[in-house]
Amino acid sequence: MPLVSPEVFAKQKLAAIQEYSILSWHAIANLFSLPRYWADIYTQMDSIGVGSMPIVVLTGFFTGCVLALQSATSLQEFGSVSLTGNLVALSMVKELGPVLTGLMVSGRNASGMASELGSMKVTEQIDAMRALGTDPIRKLVTPRLYATVFMLFFLTIVADAVGIAGGALVSVTLMGLNASSYFNNSYRALVYGDIAQGLTKPLFSGFIIATVGCYFGITTTGGTQGVGKSTTQAVVVSSVFIIIVDFIVSRAMIGIFGR
Amino acid sequence: MPEKTSSSAASQDTDSSEPVVVFDDVSIKFDLKPVLQDISFTVRRGETRIILGPAGGGKSVLMKLANGLIQPDSGRIRIFGNDITEMPERDLFKLRARIGMVFQESALFDSLSVEDNVAYRLHEDHVPEAEAHERVIEALRFVELENTISKFPPELSGGMRRRVSIARAIVSNPDLILYDSPTGGLDPITSTTIVELVIKQRDVSHTTALMITHRLQDAFLLARNRFNPETGKVEPLPDGSIDDSTKFLVLNEGRIVFDGTTEELVHSDDPWLKDYLS
Ligand SMILES: Nc1ncnc2c1ncn2[C@@H]1O[C@H](COP(=O)(O)OP(=O)(O)OP(=O)(O)O)[C@@H](O)[C@H]1O
Ligand SMILES: [Mg+2]
Repeated sequence: MPLVSPEVFAKQKLAAIQEYSILSWHAIANLFSLPRYWADIYTQMDSIGVGSMPIVVLTGFFTGCVLALQSATSLQEFGSVSLTGNLVALSMVKELGPVLTGLMVSGRNASGMASELGSMKVTEQIDAMRALGTDPIRKLVTPRLYATVFMLFFLTIVADAVGIAGGALVSVTLMGLNASSYFNNSYRALVYGDIAQGLTKPLFSGFIIATVGCYFGITTTGGTQGVGKSTTQAVVVSSVFIIIVDFIVSRAMIGIFGR
Repeated sequence: MPEKTSSSAASQDTDSSEPVVVFDDVSIKFDLKPVLQDISFTVRRGETRIILGPAGGGKSVLMKLANGLIQPDSGRIRIFGNDITEMPERDLFKLRARIGMVFQESALFDSLSVEDNVAYRLHEDHVPEAEAHERVIEALRFVELENTISKFPPELSGGMRRRVSIARAIVSNPDLILYDSPTGGLDPITSTTIVELVIKQRDVSHTTALMITHRLQDAFLLARNRFNPETGKVEPLPDGSIDDSTKFLVLNEGRIVFDGTTEELVHSDDPWLKDYLS
C-alpha cells in the first residue's frame, strides 16, 4: 500500500464513513417504497437463518456446557453450586448468546455478502443490474439487511435456549445437580430487563453484519484479489463493531433497567 | 422480435429528427489520469456507430457514460434528447428501459438461469409469465441458443455467454443498443456469427446502436453486408456498395481521431489512422 499523507488518509476515511451511512440509510428506507423484492428477502432469510442454524446451535450448546462446567467448579468453593443455573442463564441470555451468535453469523454471512456482492461488482454484474433499470441497493442490500436483522433475533433465542439446555446437561450428568432445581433457578434468575437487553443486541448486530458486509462488497475494486480483501475486511470490521456496540448497548440497558 | 413495450415510455421525444446520442465536450478523469478528453459526437436515429481504437483508449468508459453508469467530470451528454449529466439515478432507471447494453465481459447474473437472465427486465416490468417465456424463447432463437434456456451462465462458453447477453439486451426491444466488444477474445467463426446478429438487429429492427470492436474485419463486415429477410441470411450488399447508416468513431488515448463514414475512413490521409487501419 502506498503511503499517503495524514490529511488524505483522514479524507478517505471520512468519505468511506459517509458512503457507508448513505448506503445504510438507503437500505433501510427502500423497504418503504416500491418496488420491494419479497422473494429475495425470503431467499436471504432461508440462507442466513436456516443456513446458520447448525453453527449457532453447536456454539450455543457448547458455550452453555463450558459455562456450567466453569461456574460449577468455582461455585463449589463457596458451597453454592446450586446457583449454576442462575449464572448460566444470565450469562447466556445477556451476553454470550447475542455476542457469540452475532460473531458466528458475521463470520459466515458478512463474509458471504462481501464476497458475493464483491464478485458481482468486479464482473460488472452490478453495473449490468443498473443498466437493466434495477437499483442494486434495493435488490441486493435491502433484502439482506432485513433478513439478517429478523433472523438474527430468532437465532439468538435459539442459541440462548440450547445454551441453557447444554448447561443443564453438564450440571446434571457431570456435576450431579438436580435438573428441576437447575431450571427453576435459571428461570427465576431472569427478569424482564435481562431479556430486553439480550434481544436488543441482535437487532444491532444484524444491522452491522448486513450493512458492513454489503458495503465492503459493493465498494470492491481490484478484481478477484479485491474480493478476497473485502471479504476479510468485512468480517474483521463487523466483528469489532459487534463487540463495541455490544458494550454500548449493555451500558445503555443497564442505565435503563438498573442491571 | 416482439412488439414494442409500453414500459419504454420514459420521456417521449416526439421529434424524430432529434439525434439519439449527443456527446458535447465530454471529459473524464480517473485518479487524475485523463481517460476521455473533449469528446463530441452525435449519433442519429437508426445509425450504427462503430467505435474503434487501441486497447485502453477509453471506449468502454465512453459506453458507460452513454448509459449514465458513470458521470463525466465536464461536458454534457444527451440521450433521446434528455440531458443525463446530473440526472438523478431514479430517472436514469426509467431512461435505461429504452437502452440495451452488452457488457465487455457479458456480465450475466451467475445466480440466475439463462431464461431468468434474459427475462430479467421483463420480470422487473411484471410482464405475465407466459408472455415473458414466449419472448425469451424468441430472443434466444434470434441468437440461436434456445437449447441453453435452463442452463446457468457458468456452464456456458464465452461465445455463448456473449450471445445470451445480446439476447438479454434486445429482449425488451430497446431504442438504443450499446455493444461493448461483442466479439472480443472469440474465434473468427463465433465473431462472424455475432456480427451477423448485429447486422440482423440493425436491418430488421433499425435500432440505433453503438458497437465497440477491436477487429477491423468486423467493422467492414458490418459496413458491407446486409440481412436478407427472404433467405434469412446475411449477404454482401450488391455491387460492393456500403451501408450508409454505418458510421465510424476512432478513439486513441482519450481523444477522437476520426468521426465519419466508411468512405471517409478508408480514404483518410491521417498518418496515424492509415497505420492503424493497415
Ligand atoms: N473504474 C476505473 N477506475 C480507474 N481507471 C479506470 C476505470 N475504468 C477505466 N479506467 C481507465 O480508463 C482507461 C480506458 O479504459 P477502457 O476500459 O475504456 O478502455 P477500452 O478502450 O475499453 O479498452 P479495451 O479495448 O481493452 O476494452 C484505462 O486506462 C483504464 O485504466
Ligand atoms: Mg473495453
